Amino acid sequence: MFQRLPNASGERVSFTIDGRAAEALSGDSVAAALIANGVQTCRATPVSGAPRAPYCMMGVCFDCLVTIDDVGNQQGCLVRVRPGMRVETQNGKREIER
Amino acid sequence: MSSPDVIVIGGGLHGCSAALHLSLRGVKVLVLEKDHIGRHASGVNAGGVRQLGRHVAEVPLTVASMALWHGIRDLVDDDCGFESHGQVKVAETEAELAICQARADQLRALGFTHEEVVDQAELRRLVPAIAEHCVGALVSRRDGAAIPYRTTFAFKRKAESLGARFVEGVTVTKIARDGKNWAVETSDGARHAAPILVNCAGAWADRIAAQLGEPVPLEAIAPMLMITARVPPFIKPVVGATGRTLSFKQFPNGTVLIGGGLLGRAYRDENRTDLDFAQIRTNARTVWDLFPVMRSATIVRAWAGIEARMPDDIPVIGPSGTEEGVYHAFGFSAHGFQLGPIVGRITADLITQGQTDLPIEPFRIQRFRRDAVAA
Amino acid sequence: MSDLKPRYDLAVIGAGPAGLAAATLAAQRGLSTVLLDEQRAPGGQIYRAVTQTPVKNPSVLGSDYWHGADLVGPFRDSGADYAPGSTVWSVSRSLDIGLSRDGAARVLPARHIILATGAIERPFPIPGWTLPGVMGAGAAQILLKTSGLVASGNVVLAGTGPLLWLLAWQYLRAGARIDVILDTTPRENWRQAMPHMGAFARSGYVAKGLKLLLEVRRKVKVIGNVTSLKAEGDGRVQSVLYRQGDGAEQRLPADTLLLHHGVIPNINLANATGCAQNWDEAQRCWVPTVDAWGATSVEGVSIAGDGAGIGGALAAEHRGRLAALDALHRLGVLDRATRDRDAAPHREALDKAQRGREFLDTLYSPAKDFRVPQDETIVCRCEEVTAKQVRDAVKLGVSGPNQTKSFLRCGMGPCQGRLCGPTVVEVIADARGVSPAEVGYYRLRPPVKPITLAELASLPKAEDEIAAVMHH
Repeated sequence: MFQRLPNASGERVSFTIDGRAAEALSGDSVAAALIANGVQTCRATPVSGAPRAPYCMMGVCFDCLVTIDDVGNQQGCLVRVRPGMRVETQNGKREIER
Repeated sequence: MSSPDVIVIGGGLHGCSAALHLSLRGVKVLVLEKDHIGRHASGVNAGGVRQLGRHVAEVPLTVASMALWHGIRDLVDDDCGFESHGQVKVAETEAELAICQARADQLRALGFTHEEVVDQAELRRLVPAIAEHCVGALVSRRDGAAIPYRTTFAFKRKAESLGARFVEGVTVTKIARDGKNWAVETSDGARHAAPILVNCAGAWADRIAAQLGEPVPLEAIAPMLMITARVPPFIKPVVGATGRTLSFKQFPNGTVLIGGGLLGRAYRDENRTDLDFAQIRTNARTVWDLFPVMRSATIVRAWAGIEARMPDDIPVIGPSGTEEGVYHAFGFSAHGFQLGPIVGRITADLITQGQTDLPIEPFRIQRFRRDAVAA
Repeated sequence: MSDLKPRYDLAVIGAGPAGLAAATLAAQRGLSTVLLDEQRAPGGQIYRAVTQTPVKNPSVLGSDYWHGADLVGPFRDSGADYAPGSTVWSVSRSLDIGLSRDGAARVLPARHIILATGAIERPFPIPGWTLPGVMGAGAAQILLKTSGLVASGNVVLAGTGPLLWLLAWQYLRAGARIDVILDTTPRENWRQAMPHMGAFARSGYVAKGLKLLLEVRRKVKVIGNVTSLKAEGDGRVQSVLYRQGDGAEQRLPADTLLLHHGVIPNINLANATGCAQNWDEAQRCWVPTVDAWGATSVEGVSIAGDGAGIGGALAAEHRGRLAALDALHRLGVLDRATRDRDAAPHREALDKAQRGREFLDTLYSPAKDFRVPQDETIVCRCEEVTAKQVRDAVKLGVSGPNQTKSFLRCGMGPCQGRLCGPTVVEVIADARGVSPAEVGYYRLRPPVKPITLAELASLPKAEDEIAAVMHH
């Protein structure tokens, strides 16, 4: 659980998480935007199905993998959130064909 | 320790298999490995257990080895991750399909029936994800794949449990006759002696052969592989192509291995390989063409193992042409994994019985005598 | 920024203090220079988002953080090209850089390459560290810097090292709440660190560090001598179990558990390039082997900053400038005497910046029980391999991390060993009763970051690029 500092300034960005409308600040990475919106887990591991959430926030751990605008396995912490972006959390092995 | 009957140089799959088969017959074996077991080609190859498309000279051996693979747990107490879902060599054009048919006919004439041509419908049934333009395939249904390092390690452990001794991290520095024995000196300053020597030194085997007075034109190569992140299971058989270089298979854990023999660069004195991304790009293009579902797959790693290739692309198997009490098994030219179980048995046959029931004449080292002189 | 040139005299990889300083100096001295960075804005992790943080009150992040802006300005004016959002997945010995930007891959040749890949948090494997709600303290700091986000609810910090205390201080400045700090600094570290106290006392750290520590201790409950940690929860962390000394296990409610165990060099790219590396016993990590200029065993490849051994942000800046001067010398722009003369002030500044480092390394060296976790602890987060599986493999005769990788898939996942390598090495070394130096490290291979098949298949076939790839 994270919350935004009351005086944190920045431009608002509208995007969607699993189809639901969400808002972020323009400097947020996708992973930060998920956290800011109270998303608790962003994927389930392909090995055991265990839930995972961002761990390192700097491109190292690969626990923040999400699908962004239909492209899967993106490191959410390395992609800036953009207006209209469609972010989907990932459960289990990613479908390689839709 | 009591002195060994046989010293095997090289702890790859072939060295470990020779050690296992000899140990099964009560022969005392010492294996000398310069790095660690399965460090190079044996541990990092694509793991294809393939009869399909082999050189005609190898066919009797590959068929005999396949029988061992199908009972691999009985041999080494581990299933080695072996799964048999067949291997498929895809034809992208009618002309390629004709090549497949000619090959199947050739084998049938020689009395082998494991390769068959299938039409587009059967190809699609076997490999639903294959690109639509593919017209058919050559198929070997009992083929499959195993996990290379696990396999090599299982052969080692079984041999060890039967009394074979393995010394890792020591390089053979000198081989010399010492009466009835071979005296083998290693980089740690030790001296080992045994009446019989087996050269399974892979990409370094030519150096051993040269010390025995029979130089061979061996090339150290570095076949490249890459692997994807896990994806849902979508393919069972191992797939290759008729008109281009490819080996493609999905492990039970969902990762997909892409290779087929495109080469990086091997630096065998440094135990090092460099990848060649121009070649990897070609490999990626082939997959792009043949498996449209793979286009968004993520490649997590690429690598290359150091491997020996002979000019005629078939191995050296059998007794030395110059020295008594020396046997070779090397130069498998990037397709030795499936042959591992049987070649160890052949070497054990030669050592304990003086002969083997499989035709190994085409693999004799003497075939390079003229080349070597010319070189 | 504008498109990249077909080739550069110097490519610098990583836009933290070392990379910014190196690229700035090199470009000012006339080298065609490009700075490639995975992030979208300059600063690296230490100065992350320094040009655009939403945290506008300067006292929250502190003056050390804002120093980063002093590096960005000169860099922007230096004439160096800047390619943010570039993931470098390969550096070859022939000095070709494989990189991806905006979904397209390319190969970029350079005459010299400076790796400034910085540090990563040392993995801190405890039972439950994979649960959502458990993060690195560095991750929380990045969320603060980039997004003005702070943990809420019950917040527990656990571990050891300067960054842990700095984060706590920044949280307090920001008005955020921390329930408890579980300090895992081993008692005996104080005694071992004392001989290094003199140098530390003469460094710039002391006054600043003490003030910060006292402020945190005044406002937050600190439980010291913590010897075991466990995160528990159903689907996410709900509580933290800890033990103080050899006391009974205690339980704390936690919505967020922030772990920190110090930082180690991010060596993946250097390792995959083939740079020789050595085990650093003091910092307990593998470090690339470099000379006084940061030059590695691979001709034309240097490393600057924490990527060549942890020295901190200020040291990184000076190490960047020294590496750049050496690159200028190697490329024939500066003769040796000029290089050495121009390097003198940077060397002096580097010595000053590194003063007291032994004290910090020794004091904050993590306890063995946290480096060599218990059996049930997951060591490889990607493939979910436990410490017990690694130990069992050692019992079967597996002697090093490359074999456990082949045997257990440990280190084969997308993080490519970054979060398990250090632990696997420690576990194997401990099980075998030898030094990690003897056990070795993963042989890493490009791509060091995952790349899509589509990107690989679309690598341009431009003549000079292919020639560059083929060249060796």
